[in-house]
Amino acid sequence: MVATEPLLEVKGLVKRFGALVATDNLDLAVEPGEIHAVIGPNGAGKTTLIAQLAGELQPNAGTIRFAGEDITRLHAPARSQRGLARSFQITSILRGFTALDNVALAIQAHDGHSFRFWRPARREERLRVPAMEILEEVGLGARAHVPAANLAHGEQRQLEIAMALATRPRMLLLDEPMAGMGREESERMVALLRRLKGRETILLIEHDMDAVFALADRITVLVYGRAIATGTPQEIRANAEVRRAYLGSDEHA
Amino acid sequence: MKTVKHIDLSTIFVLALLGLFAVLPVIAVAAGQEFYIGQFRRILIFAIAAVSLDLILGYGGMVSLGHAAFMGIGAYVVAILNFHADEGTLLLGFIPGSQNILVTWPTAILASALVALFVGLISLRTSGIYFIMITLAFAQMIYFFFVSLETYGGDDGLRFPGDIPFIDAATDALYEAGYDPVAAYESLFYYLVFAVFAAVLYGAHRLVNSRFGMVIQGCRENERRMRAIGFFTFRYKLVAFVLAGAIGGLAGALFAAHESFISPSIMHWTRSGDLIIMVVLGGMGTLIGPVAGATLFLLLEKFLPDYTEHWPIVFGPILILIVLFAKCGIYGSLLRRHGDGGH
Repeated sequence: MVATEPLLEVKGLVKRFGALVATDNLDLAVEPGEIHAVIGPNGAGKTTLIAQLAGELQPNAGTIRFAGEDITRLHAPARSQRGLARSFQITSILRGFTALDNVALAIQAHDGHSFRFWRPARREERLRVPAMEILEEVGLGARAHVPAANLAHGEQRQLEIAMALATRPRMLLLDEPMAGMGREESERMVALLRRLKGRETILLIEHDMDAVFALADRITVLVYGRAIATGTPQEIRANAEVRRAYLGSDEHA
Repeated sequence: MKTVKHIDLSTIFVLALLGLFAVLPVIAVAAGQEFYIGQFRRILIFAIAAVSLDLILGYGGMVSLGHAAFMGIGAYVVAILNFHADEGTLLLGFIPGSQNILVTWPTAILASALVALFVGLISLRTSGIYFIMITLAFAQMIYFFFVSLETYGGDDGLRFPGDIPFIDAATDALYEAGYDPVAAYESLFYYLVFAVFAAVLYGAHRLVNSRFGMVIQGCRENERRMRAIGFFTFRYKLVAFVLAGAIGGLAGALFAAHESFISPSIMHWTRSGDLIIMVVLGGMGTLIGPVAGATLFLLLEKFLPDYTEHWPIVFGPILILIVLFAKCGIYGSLLRRHGDGGH
């Protein structure tokens, strides 16, 4: 095997909220091109981890390296500019804007500074054309001109992904992309993520175990803020400690 | 003009309102009511201030309760420069005064912008109710600073020759040609203000639809998301705040020239509140809304006292009823009814 440097490397990460240790000396490495799932029971610290990776929360200790650079102290927009994109567990979109506006803004964010005061942005093809392509890709092409607030829940989740993709990221942090979805919507999302597989590097946090085991190349199991196991889906299924702590039964075997 | 079907109620409203402003002096002179020219010139000046406030309030989601301070700074810069030019003295011992609006107005804009930069750098680190309170606090500090300036009249204010030389010259020329000098002066000054108003409105229209405008509106919608997709939102909000302050300063400069008098009352915090009411009344997040709001507000404020000395008792409920029944303001409601997102 050729030893490649991980795209994202977390070492000794600690985050405390008072007496609660939400992230407990966590190590994590995401290789280029893989889908790396992080699973764990409620309260395991998954969203706290994403918040630290995305730059919204400062860890108490530890380092986060991305593409060979220490990004531990960088703010959220600076990480986005370096190619680290995220989606939100609780849908976070620009509700008053159309789906197309949402995606076009994400493209604009990575097309130089926005201190441009004169030309109408909604008529700029270099923003609108690629935005439309990305909407088509996630299956929202027909809904481009609908205000984001009026999209169905599943469509808003797709828009979340579209906005992250529009930043042309080197890596996606997806925080429960299937949250609150019905079966049919979930299947559409799994199909979308499968299309991204191999092309994008993804850190996936997800509760839907069927989706995780179908998509992930590797899985890290988080319990009380610490990683108790990392491995392929087969290894995780076979891991006794993981079963005890999390899976609880043989239903996924 | 696009196709006929695009002419809906909101478009008619815009054309009627701007058309009224464009021809007002002609009507007023024809009717022998030159008094109205000054009234509407004042309305245009406040409309500029209200539009500038709406850039941050309606488009940027930054509720500033200190916007009148920028108007006041602009006005005082013009007043003080005029005062020194008239006296032939030097400001701070080395700055000569000036009556030339090509000097005084840009100076007013620059001074307001600089103060806005300082206020914005500090206050934009907060949001919500804290932002409201800190902008109010800065505005009050600026207010009391000018109250304490005894040289320039302190609390009593400062009267100065606000004449604009080239308008005086043009008035003389029209008088020679047989026109009524009062009507000529009032109209010429009106159209100067109208030209500034039109330029500000068009500039603001370009701005809110530009890349920059999209960013500040995005910050209003969801700043956290804007940061996540890679925008350093603070910078954009700061520049929006400075631009709004600068245009507020321009409105103040016009106001000083209009009144030939300035006192700290122009930047009292209730004046900042009036500007917010104008914006909300007409329609936040639109450009015509603040113009309509300023017009209605100032007309009511001017003419209600003719009917009763207890006019505020009538004025308050009228404002409440309008905001209650036209939730997005007068113009905002017209837009909503037609499902039209344009400005």
